[in-house]
Amino acid sequence: MTAPDDATSVTFPLPPAPSIYHPTPRLAELRANRPVAEVTLRDGSTGWLVTRYADVRQVLIDPRFSRAAAASSSASDTGLAMVATDSILGMDPPEHTRLRRLVAGAFTARRVEELRPKVAALVDALLTDLAAKPRPVDLVEHFSLPLPVRVICELLGVPPEDQHVFHAWSDTILSDAGADPAEIRAAMGNLAVYFGKLIADKRATPADDLMTALIAARDDQDRLTEKELVNLGFGLLIAGHETTANQINMFLLTLLHFPEEYERLAASPELVPRAVEELMRFVQLGEGSGLPRVTTEAVELSGVTIPAGAVVMTSMVAANRDESVFTDADRLDLTREITQHLGFGAGAHHCLGAQLARMELQEALRGLLRHLPGLRIAVPDTELRFKTGMIVRSLRTLPVTW
Amino acid sequence: MWNVEVSSECIGSGVCAGTAPRHFALGPDGRSRPLASLVEPDDAVLGAAASCPVEAITVTDADTGAPVDD
Repeated sequence: MTAPDDATSVTFPLPPAPSIYHPTPRLAELRANRPVAEVTLRDGSTGWLVTRYADVRQVLIDPRFSRAAAASSSASDTGLAMVATDSILGMDPPEHTRLRRLVAGAFTARRVEELRPKVAALVDALLTDLAAKPRPVDLVEHFSLPLPVRVICELLGVPPEDQHVFHAWSDTILSDAGADPAEIRAAMGNLAVYFGKLIADKRATPADDLMTALIAARDDQDRLTEKELVNLGFGLLIAGHETTANQINMFLLTLLHFPEEYERLAASPELVPRAVEELMRFVQLGEGSGLPRVTTEAVELSGVTIPAGAVVMTSMVAANRDESVFTDADRLDLTREITQHLGFGAGAHHCLGAQLARMELQEALRGLLRHLPGLRIAVPDTELRFKTGMIVRSLRTLPVTW
Repeated sequence: MWNVEVSSECIGSGVCAGTAPRHFALGPDGRSRPLASLVEPDDAVLGAAASCPVEAITVTDADTGAPVDD
Protein backbone atom coordinates (compact mmCIF):
# COMPACT_ATOMS: atom_id res chain seq x y z
CA MET A 1 0.00 0.00 0.00
CA THR A 2 1.01 3.54 -0.55
CA ALA A 3 2.01 5.58 2.44
CA PRO A 4 -0.04 8.70 3.15
CA ASP A 5 1.28 11.21 0.72
CA ASP A 6 1.22 14.45 2.60
CA ALA A 7 4.80 15.45 3.20
CA THR A 8 6.92 14.93 0.09
CA SER A 9 7.08 17.79 -2.35
CA VAL A 10 5.68 17.22 -5.83
CA THR A 11 7.43 18.62 -8.86
CA PHE A 12 5.45 19.17 -12.04
CA PRO A 13 5.46 17.83 -14.70
CA LEU A 14 5.56 14.39 -13.07
CA PRO A 15 8.14 11.88 -14.34
CA PRO A 16 6.95 9.98 -17.45
CA ALA A 17 4.62 7.02 -16.99
CA PRO A 18 6.31 3.60 -17.24
CA SER A 19 3.62 2.39 -19.68
CA ILE A 20 1.84 3.98 -22.62
CA TYR A 21 -1.37 2.23 -21.55
CA HIS A 22 -1.82 3.69 -18.06
CA PRO A 23 -1.19 6.99 -16.27
CA THR A 24 1.82 7.15 -13.99
CA PRO A 25 0.93 5.47 -10.64
CA ARG A 26 1.94 8.71 -8.95
CA LEU A 27 -1.33 10.24 -10.17
CA ALA A 28 -3.41 7.56 -8.42
CA GLU A 29 -1.47 8.23 -5.19
CA LEU A 30 -2.12 11.93 -5.44
CA ARG A 31 -5.81 11.40 -6.29
CA ALA A 32 -6.20 9.22 -3.18
CA ASN A 33 -4.09 11.20 -0.73
CA ARG A 34 -3.63 14.72 -1.99
CA PRO A 35 -6.30 15.40 -4.64
CA VAL A 36 -5.52 19.13 -4.71
CA ALA A 37 -1.74 19.10 -4.47
CA GLU A 38 0.59 22.05 -4.23
CA VAL A 39 3.35 21.45 -6.79
CA THR A 40 6.64 23.03 -7.79
CA LEU A 41 6.70 24.02 -11.45
CA ARG A 42 9.65 23.87 -13.82
CA ASP A 43 10.60 27.49 -13.17
CA GLY A 44 10.52 26.97 -9.40
CA SER A 45 7.20 28.71 -8.87
CA THR A 46 4.23 27.13 -7.12
CA GLY A 47 1.15 25.65 -8.76
CA TRP A 48 -1.68 23.25 -7.96
CA LEU A 49 -2.43 19.87 -9.51
CA VAL A 50 -6.03 18.60 -9.39
CA THR A 51 -6.70 14.89 -9.98
CA ARG A 52 -10.23 13.91 -8.87
CA TYR A 53 -12.98 13.73 -11.46
CA ALA A 54 -15.39 16.12 -9.70
CA ASP A 55 -12.65 18.68 -9.01
CA VAL A 56 -11.17 18.51 -12.51
CA ARG A 57 -14.59 18.95 -14.05
CA GLN A 58 -15.26 21.92 -11.79
CA VAL A 59 -11.96 23.62 -12.66
CA LEU A 60 -12.69 23.19 -16.36
CA ILE A 61 -16.22 24.63 -16.09
CA ASP A 62 -16.05 27.18 -13.23
CA PRO A 63 -15.24 30.68 -14.60
CA ARG A 64 -13.19 31.49 -11.49
CA PHE A 65 -10.47 29.35 -13.13
CA SER A 66 -9.41 31.64 -15.95
CA ARG A 67 -7.62 30.74 -19.17
CA ALA A 68 -7.14 34.42 -20.04
CA ALA A 69 -5.33 35.04 -16.75
CA ALA A 70 -3.14 31.97 -17.37
CA ALA A 71 -2.38 32.94 -20.96
CA SER A 72 -1.24 36.42 -19.97
CA SER A 73 1.04 35.05 -17.25
CA SER A 74 4.09 32.86 -17.78
CA ALA A 75 2.14 29.83 -16.55
CA SER A 76 3.51 27.64 -19.29
CA ASP A 77 6.16 27.86 -21.97
CA THR A 78 4.97 25.19 -24.41
CA GLY A 79 4.29 25.97 -28.05
CA LEU A 80 0.64 25.22 -27.50
CA ALA A 81 0.53 27.74 -24.68
CA MET A 82 2.22 30.30 -26.95
CA VAL A 83 -0.44 29.69 -29.59
CA ALA A 84 -3.07 29.82 -26.88
CA THR A 85 -1.97 33.24 -25.73
CA ASP A 86 -3.07 34.77 -29.01
CA SER A 87 -6.07 32.59 -29.65
CA ILE A 88 -9.47 31.42 -28.55
CA LEU A 89 -7.73 29.00 -26.14
CA GLY A 90 -6.38 31.96 -24.19
CA MET A 91 -9.67 33.79 -23.78
CA ASP A 92 -12.52 33.73 -21.27
CA PRO A 93 -16.18 34.42 -22.03
CA PRO A 94 -17.49 36.77 -23.34
CA GLU A 95 -14.47 37.34 -25.67
CA HIS A 96 -14.10 33.57 -26.07
CA THR A 97 -17.80 33.24 -26.91
CA ARG A 98 -17.53 35.86 -29.65
CA LEU A 99 -15.11 33.61 -31.56
CA ARG A 100 -16.50 30.22 -30.53
CA ARG A 101 -20.02 30.98 -31.77
CA LEU A 102 -18.60 31.80 -35.21
CA VAL A 103 -17.19 28.31 -35.67
CA ALA A 104 -19.24 26.07 -33.36
CA GLY A 105 -22.03 25.65 -35.91
CA ALA A 106 -19.69 23.84 -38.30
CA PHE A 107 -18.84 21.22 -35.66
CA THR A 108 -22.22 20.31 -34.15
CA ALA A 109 -23.36 16.69 -34.03
CA ARG A 110 -25.91 17.38 -36.76
CA ARG A 111 -23.41 18.97 -39.15
CA VAL A 112 -20.85 16.25 -38.45
CA GLU A 113 -23.40 13.54 -39.30
CA GLU A 114 -23.78 15.13 -42.73
CA LEU A 115 -20.06 14.55 -43.29
CA ARG A 116 -20.14 10.90 -42.18
CA PRO A 117 -20.79 9.27 -45.60
CA LYS A 118 -17.88 11.18 -47.11
CA VAL A 119 -15.58 10.24 -44.25
CA ALA A 120 -16.63 6.58 -44.45
CA ALA A 121 -15.87 6.62 -48.19
CA LEU A 122 -12.47 8.20 -47.52
CA VAL A 123 -11.71 5.51 -44.93
CA ASP A 124 -12.65 2.83 -47.48
CA ALA A 125 -10.48 4.38 -50.18
CA LEU A 126 -7.43 4.80 -47.92
CA LEU A 127 -7.70 1.26 -46.55
CA THR A 128 -8.31 -0.30 -49.96
CA ASP A 129 -5.04 1.28 -51.15
CA LEU A 130 -3.25 0.33 -47.95
CA ALA A 131 -4.36 -3.31 -48.15
CA ALA A 132 -2.81 -3.62 -51.61
CA LYS A 133 0.65 -2.61 -50.38
CA PRO A 134 3.46 -4.98 -49.42
CA ARG A 135 3.45 -5.66 -45.66
CA PRO A 136 4.30 -4.25 -43.22
CA VAL A 137 2.67 -0.92 -44.04
CA ASP A 138 3.08 2.36 -42.15
CA LEU A 139 -0.37 3.17 -40.78
CA VAL A 140 0.65 6.77 -39.98
CA GLU A 141 1.61 7.63 -43.55
CA HIS A 142 -1.21 5.77 -45.25
CA PHE A 143 -4.15 6.07 -42.91
CA SER A 144 -4.09 7.69 -39.49
CA LEU A 145 -2.57 11.00 -40.66
CA PRO A 146 -4.14 11.47 -44.12
CA LEU A 147 -7.66 10.75 -42.84
CA PRO A 148 -7.98 13.66 -40.38
CA VAL A 149 -5.80 15.94 -42.53
CA ARG A 150 -8.12 15.54 -45.51
CA VAL A 151 -11.25 15.94 -43.36
CA ILE A 152 -10.14 19.17 -41.66
CA CYS A 153 -8.63 20.55 -44.89
CA GLU A 154 -11.90 20.04 -46.73
CA LEU A 155 -13.92 21.55 -43.90
CA LEU A 156 -11.68 24.62 -43.67
CA GLY A 157 -10.94 24.92 -47.37
CA VAL A 158 -7.18 24.27 -47.12
CA PRO A 159 -5.60 22.38 -50.05
CA PRO A 160 -4.68 18.95 -48.63
CA GLU A 161 -1.65 18.77 -50.95
CA ASP A 162 -0.11 21.53 -48.79
CA GLN A 163 0.11 19.00 -45.95
CA HIS A 164 3.85 18.60 -46.41
CA VAL A 165 4.19 22.38 -45.96
CA PHE A 166 2.21 22.83 -42.77
CA HIS A 167 2.71 19.52 -41.01
CA ALA A 168 6.27 20.24 -39.80
CA TRP A 169 5.22 23.66 -38.46
CA SER A 170 2.30 22.00 -36.70
CA ASP A 171 4.68 19.48 -35.08
CA THR A 172 6.93 22.26 -33.82
CA ILE A 173 4.02 24.13 -32.30
CA LEU A 174 2.82 21.01 -30.49
CA SER A 175 6.23 20.61 -28.86
CA ASP A 176 6.40 20.10 -25.14
CA ALA A 177 7.96 22.65 -22.81
CA GLY A 178 11.70 22.62 -23.36
CA ALA A 179 11.54 23.17 -27.12
CA ASP A 180 13.30 26.25 -28.45
CA PRO A 181 10.80 29.15 -28.17
CA ALA A 182 12.45 30.84 -31.18
CA GLU A 183 11.69 27.78 -33.33
CA ILE A 184 8.09 27.73 -32.12
CA ARG A 185 7.70 31.43 -32.91
CA ALA A 186 9.18 30.85 -36.37
CA ALA A 187 6.72 28.01 -37.03
CA MET A 188 3.82 30.17 -35.88
CA GLY A 189 5.07 32.97 -38.13
CA ASN A 190 5.24 30.61 -41.09
CA LEU A 191 1.72 29.32 -40.49
CA ALA A 192 0.43 32.88 -40.13
CA VAL A 193 2.00 33.81 -43.48
CA TYR A 194 0.54 30.66 -45.06
CA PHE A 195 -2.94 31.46 -43.73
CA GLY A 196 -2.60 35.12 -44.73
CA LYS A 197 -2.09 34.00 -48.31
CA LEU A 198 -4.90 31.44 -48.11
CA ILE A 199 -7.27 34.14 -46.81
CA ALA A 200 -6.29 36.49 -49.63
CA ASP A 201 -7.02 33.71 -52.14
CA LYS A 202 -10.42 33.01 -50.55
CA ARG A 203 -11.29 36.71 -50.55
CA ALA A 204 -10.64 36.70 -54.29
CA THR A 205 -12.38 33.38 -54.87
CA PRO A 206 -14.92 32.52 -52.14
CA ALA A 207 -15.82 28.86 -51.70
CA ASP A 208 -18.24 26.78 -49.65
CA ASP A 209 -15.96 26.24 -46.65
CA LEU A 210 -15.38 27.44 -43.09
CA MET A 211 -12.53 29.86 -43.91
CA THR A 212 -14.76 31.63 -46.45
CA ALA A 213 -17.54 31.85 -43.83
CA LEU A 214 -15.09 33.28 -41.27
CA ILE A 215 -13.82 35.81 -43.81
CA ALA A 216 -17.42 36.93 -44.36
CA ALA A 217 -17.89 37.27 -40.59
CA ARG A 218 -14.87 39.58 -40.57
CA ASP A 219 -15.46 41.56 -43.74
CA ASP A 220 -19.25 41.88 -43.63
CA GLN A 221 -19.93 41.94 -39.90
CA ASP A 222 -16.61 42.90 -38.26
CA ARG A 223 -17.02 40.10 -35.70
CA LEU A 224 -13.31 39.32 -35.45
CA THR A 225 -9.98 40.96 -36.23
CA GLU A 226 -7.70 39.95 -39.10
CA LYS A 227 -5.22 38.50 -36.60
CA GLU A 228 -7.98 36.51 -34.89
CA LEU A 229 -9.07 35.21 -38.29
CA VAL A 230 -5.55 34.00 -39.09
CA ASN A 231 -4.99 32.46 -35.65
CA LEU A 232 -8.39 30.76 -35.65
CA GLY A 233 -7.64 29.26 -39.07
CA PHE A 234 -4.32 27.72 -38.18
CA GLY A 235 -5.49 26.77 -34.70
CA LEU A 236 -8.32 24.72 -36.22
CA LEU A 237 -5.95 23.16 -38.74
CA ILE A 238 -3.47 22.05 -36.08
CA ALA A 239 -6.07 20.95 -33.55
CA GLY A 240 -7.99 19.18 -36.27
CA HIS A 241 -5.41 16.68 -37.36
CA GLU A 242 -2.54 15.94 -34.97
CA THR A 243 -4.75 14.86 -32.07
CA THR A 244 -7.07 12.69 -34.16
CA ALA A 245 -4.21 11.08 -36.10
CA ASN A 246 -2.43 10.07 -32.93
CA GLN A 247 -5.64 9.04 -31.22
CA ILE A 248 -6.26 6.56 -34.06
CA ASN A 249 -2.78 5.12 -33.42
CA MET A 250 -3.26 5.02 -29.65
CA PHE A 251 -6.73 3.43 -30.00
CA LEU A 252 -5.25 0.64 -32.11
CA LEU A 253 -2.24 0.09 -29.86
CA THR A 254 -4.46 0.01 -26.78
CA LEU A 255 -7.00 -2.36 -28.35
CA LEU A 256 -4.24 -4.74 -29.41
CA HIS A 257 -2.70 -4.56 -25.93
CA PHE A 258 -6.01 -5.89 -24.57
CA PRO A 259 -6.67 -8.56 -27.24
CA GLU A 260 -9.87 -9.87 -25.62
CA GLU A 261 -11.41 -6.43 -25.99
CA TYR A 262 -10.17 -6.21 -29.56
CA GLU A 263 -11.72 -9.61 -30.36
CA ARG A 264 -14.95 -8.56 -28.74
CA LEU A 265 -15.11 -5.44 -30.91
CA ALA A 266 -14.19 -7.38 -34.06
CA ALA A 267 -17.03 -9.82 -33.32
CA SER A 268 -19.54 -7.05 -32.50
CA PRO A 269 -18.84 -3.94 -34.58
CA GLU A 270 -22.12 -2.45 -33.35
CA LEU A 271 -20.16 -1.73 -30.16
CA VAL A 272 -18.02 0.84 -32.00
CA PRO A 273 -19.73 4.04 -30.74
CA ARG A 274 -19.58 2.87 -27.15
CA ALA A 275 -16.03 1.60 -27.64
CA VAL A 276 -14.93 5.03 -28.87
CA GLU A 277 -16.23 6.63 -25.65
CA GLU A 278 -14.49 4.04 -23.47
CA LEU A 279 -11.27 4.42 -25.43
CA MET A 280 -11.49 8.22 -25.13
CA ARG A 281 -11.68 7.72 -21.36
CA PHE A 282 -8.96 5.11 -21.17
CA VAL A 283 -6.32 5.87 -23.78
CA GLN A 284 -3.22 7.85 -22.80
CA LEU A 285 -2.94 10.22 -25.75
CA GLY A 286 -0.94 12.61 -23.61
CA GLU A 287 0.43 12.50 -20.11
CA GLY A 288 0.13 16.17 -19.45
CA SER A 289 -2.56 18.26 -17.93
CA GLY A 290 -3.91 20.36 -20.74
CA LEU A 291 -3.73 24.10 -20.49
CA PRO A 292 -3.29 25.69 -17.05
CA ARG A 293 -5.85 27.99 -15.46
CA VAL A 294 -5.28 30.84 -13.00
CA THR A 295 -7.73 31.51 -10.17
CA THR A 296 -9.44 34.91 -10.19
CA GLU A 297 -10.31 34.54 -6.49
CA ALA A 298 -9.66 32.03 -3.70
CA VAL A 299 -11.55 28.77 -4.38
CA GLU A 300 -12.05 25.72 -2.16
CA LEU A 301 -11.75 22.29 -3.81
CA SER A 302 -11.96 19.01 -1.86
CA GLY A 303 -11.42 20.95 1.36
CA VAL A 304 -8.29 22.71 0.12
CA THR A 305 -8.30 26.47 -0.39
CA ILE A 306 -6.48 27.52 -3.54
CA PRO A 307 -5.53 31.20 -3.23
CA ALA A 308 -6.37 33.86 -5.80
CA GLY A 309 -3.87 34.18 -8.64
CA ALA A 310 -2.72 30.55 -8.40
CA VAL A 311 -1.75 28.42 -11.42
CA VAL A 312 -3.99 25.31 -11.51
CA MET A 313 -3.33 22.21 -13.61
CA THR A 314 -5.97 19.54 -14.22
CA SER A 315 -5.08 15.93 -14.88
CA MET A 316 -7.75 14.61 -17.22
CA VAL A 317 -6.06 11.20 -17.35
CA ALA A 318 -6.23 10.93 -13.54
CA ALA A 319 -9.87 12.08 -13.50
CA ASN A 320 -10.79 9.54 -16.17
CA ARG A 321 -9.46 6.74 -13.91
CA ASP A 322 -11.30 7.96 -10.79
CA GLU A 323 -12.88 4.89 -9.15
CA SER A 324 -15.59 6.99 -7.53
CA VAL A 325 -17.00 7.63 -11.03
CA PHE A 326 -15.80 4.69 -13.15
CA THR A 327 -16.00 1.26 -11.54
CA ASP A 328 -12.85 -0.77 -12.08
CA ALA A 329 -11.47 2.33 -13.77
CA ASP A 330 -8.11 0.84 -14.77
CA ARG A 331 -9.81 -1.85 -16.84
CA LEU A 332 -10.64 -1.28 -20.50
CA ASP A 333 -14.26 -2.40 -20.93
CA LEU A 334 -15.73 -1.59 -24.32
CA THR A 335 -19.25 -2.39 -23.13
CA ARG A 336 -19.05 0.12 -20.31
CA GLU A 337 -22.01 2.49 -20.28
CA ILE A 338 -20.03 5.61 -20.09
CA THR A 339 -21.11 9.17 -19.74
CA GLN A 340 -19.13 12.34 -19.48
CA HIS A 341 -15.53 11.20 -19.55
CA LEU A 342 -13.11 14.10 -19.71
CA GLY A 343 -11.30 12.99 -22.86
CA PHE A 344 -12.54 16.13 -24.61
CA GLY A 345 -12.31 18.35 -21.54
CA ALA A 346 -15.35 20.29 -20.33
CA GLY A 347 -16.65 23.83 -20.01
CA ALA A 348 -16.24 26.77 -22.36
CA HIS A 349 -13.10 25.20 -23.88
CA HIS A 350 -14.59 21.70 -24.33
CA CYS A 351 -12.99 20.39 -27.54
CA LEU A 352 -14.61 22.25 -30.43
CA GLY A 353 -14.01 19.27 -32.71
CA ALA A 354 -15.27 16.61 -30.28
CA GLN A 355 -18.21 15.50 -32.42
CA LEU A 356 -16.05 15.43 -35.55
CA ALA A 357 -13.33 13.47 -33.78
CA ARG A 358 -15.90 10.97 -32.45
CA MET A 359 -17.26 10.38 -35.93
CA GLU A 360 -13.80 10.05 -37.51
CA LEU A 361 -12.68 7.64 -34.77
CA GLN A 362 -15.84 5.55 -35.19
CA GLU A 363 -15.39 5.33 -38.96
CA ALA A 364 -11.65 4.65 -38.60
CA LEU A 365 -12.27 1.75 -36.22
CA ARG A 366 -15.07 0.30 -38.37
CA GLY A 367 -12.82 0.52 -41.41
CA LEU A 368 -9.83 -1.11 -39.75
CA LEU A 369 -11.98 -3.98 -38.45
CA ARG A 370 -13.63 -4.54 -41.83
CA HIS A 371 -10.67 -4.12 -44.18
CA LEU A 372 -7.84 -5.62 -42.16
CA PRO A 373 -9.03 -8.64 -40.16
CA GLY A 374 -6.20 -10.01 -38.04
CA LEU A 375 -4.56 -6.58 -37.93
CA ARG A 376 -1.50 -6.42 -35.67
CA ILE A 377 1.46 -4.16 -34.98
CA ALA A 378 4.52 -5.41 -36.88
CA VAL A 379 7.04 -4.34 -34.22
CA PRO A 380 7.22 -4.87 -30.44
CA ASP A 381 6.27 -1.93 -28.20
CA THR A 382 9.95 -1.31 -27.45
CA GLU A 383 10.50 -0.44 -31.11
CA LEU A 384 7.70 2.10 -31.33
CA ARG A 385 9.26 5.47 -32.10
CA PHE A 386 7.49 8.48 -30.68
CA LYS A 387 8.49 11.99 -31.63
CA THR A 388 10.29 13.49 -28.68
CA GLY A 389 8.97 16.43 -26.71
CA MET A 390 5.39 16.45 -27.97
CA ILE A 391 2.39 17.20 -25.79
CA VAL A 392 0.57 14.21 -27.32
CA ARG A 393 2.08 10.77 -27.91
CA SER A 394 2.94 11.20 -31.55
CA LEU A 395 4.26 8.21 -33.49
CA ARG A 396 6.78 8.71 -36.29
CA THR A 397 5.59 5.47 -37.90
CA LEU A 398 3.32 2.59 -36.97
CA PRO A 399 4.21 -0.52 -38.99
CA VAL A 400 1.23 -2.87 -39.20
CA THR A 401 0.54 -6.20 -40.83
CA TRP A 402 -2.46 -8.57 -40.97
CA MET B 1 -38.58 38.07 -22.09
CA TRP B 2 -37.07 34.89 -23.42
CA ASN B 3 -37.82 31.24 -22.72
CA VAL B 4 -34.73 29.05 -22.36
CA GLU B 5 -34.83 25.26 -22.65
CA VAL B 6 -32.23 22.49 -22.62
CA SER B 7 -33.33 19.33 -24.41
CA SER B 8 -32.55 15.72 -23.53
CA GLU B 9 -29.91 15.79 -26.29
CA CYS B 10 -27.57 17.42 -23.74
CA ILE B 11 -24.30 15.50 -23.36
CA GLY B 12 -23.05 17.47 -20.37
CA SER B 13 -20.10 19.10 -22.13
CA GLY B 14 -20.46 22.06 -19.77
CA VAL B 15 -19.94 24.51 -22.63
CA CYS B 16 -23.05 26.52 -21.66
CA ALA B 17 -22.30 26.49 -17.92
CA GLY B 18 -18.77 27.74 -18.67
CA THR B 19 -19.99 30.28 -21.22
CA ALA B 20 -23.03 31.69 -19.41
CA PRO B 21 -22.77 30.67 -15.75
CA ARG B 22 -25.55 33.07 -14.73
CA HIS B 23 -27.96 31.15 -16.94
CA PHE B 24 -26.91 27.47 -16.97
CA ALA B 25 -25.62 24.93 -14.46
CA LEU B 26 -25.04 21.19 -14.52
CA GLY B 27 -27.38 19.07 -12.44
CA PRO B 28 -26.50 16.00 -10.37
CA ASP B 29 -26.80 13.89 -13.55
CA GLY B 30 -24.08 16.01 -15.13
CA ARG B 31 -26.49 17.47 -17.67
CA SER B 32 -27.31 21.14 -18.09
CA ARG B 33 -30.44 22.94 -17.08
CA PRO B 34 -31.36 26.63 -17.27
CA LEU B 35 -31.18 28.37 -13.90
CA ALA B 36 -34.40 30.17 -14.89
CA SER B 37 -36.62 29.26 -17.82
CA LEU B 38 -37.82 32.84 -18.26
CA VAL B 39 -35.02 35.41 -18.62
CA GLU B 40 -34.36 38.98 -19.67
CA PRO B 41 -32.78 39.07 -23.13
CA ASP B 42 -29.02 38.53 -22.71
CA ASP B 43 -26.48 37.89 -25.46
CA ALA B 44 -24.68 35.39 -23.22
CA VAL B 45 -27.67 33.02 -23.57
CA LEU B 46 -27.48 33.17 -27.37
CA GLY B 47 -23.71 32.67 -27.24
CA ALA B 48 -24.15 29.57 -25.11
CA ALA B 49 -26.88 28.22 -27.41
CA ALA B 50 -24.73 28.82 -30.50
CA SER B 51 -21.75 27.11 -28.83
CA CYS B 52 -23.60 23.94 -27.76
CA PRO B 53 -22.05 20.95 -29.57
CA VAL B 54 -25.39 19.15 -29.86
CA GLU B 55 -27.70 22.16 -30.37
CA ALA B 56 -29.60 21.24 -27.22
CA ILE B 57 -30.46 24.80 -26.19
CA THR B 58 -33.50 26.62 -27.58
CA VAL B 59 -34.25 30.26 -26.94
CA THR B 60 -37.69 31.58 -27.86
CA ASP B 61 -39.52 34.87 -27.46
CA ALA B 62 -41.81 34.39 -24.45
CA ASP B 63 -44.61 36.41 -26.04
CA THR B 64 -44.60 35.11 -29.57
CA GLY B 65 -42.91 31.72 -29.19
CA ALA B 66 -40.69 32.62 -32.14
CA PRO B 67 -37.11 31.29 -32.03
CA VAL B 68 -34.48 33.86 -31.10
CA ASP B 69 -31.49 33.18 -33.33
CA ASP B 70 -27.84 34.00 -32.79
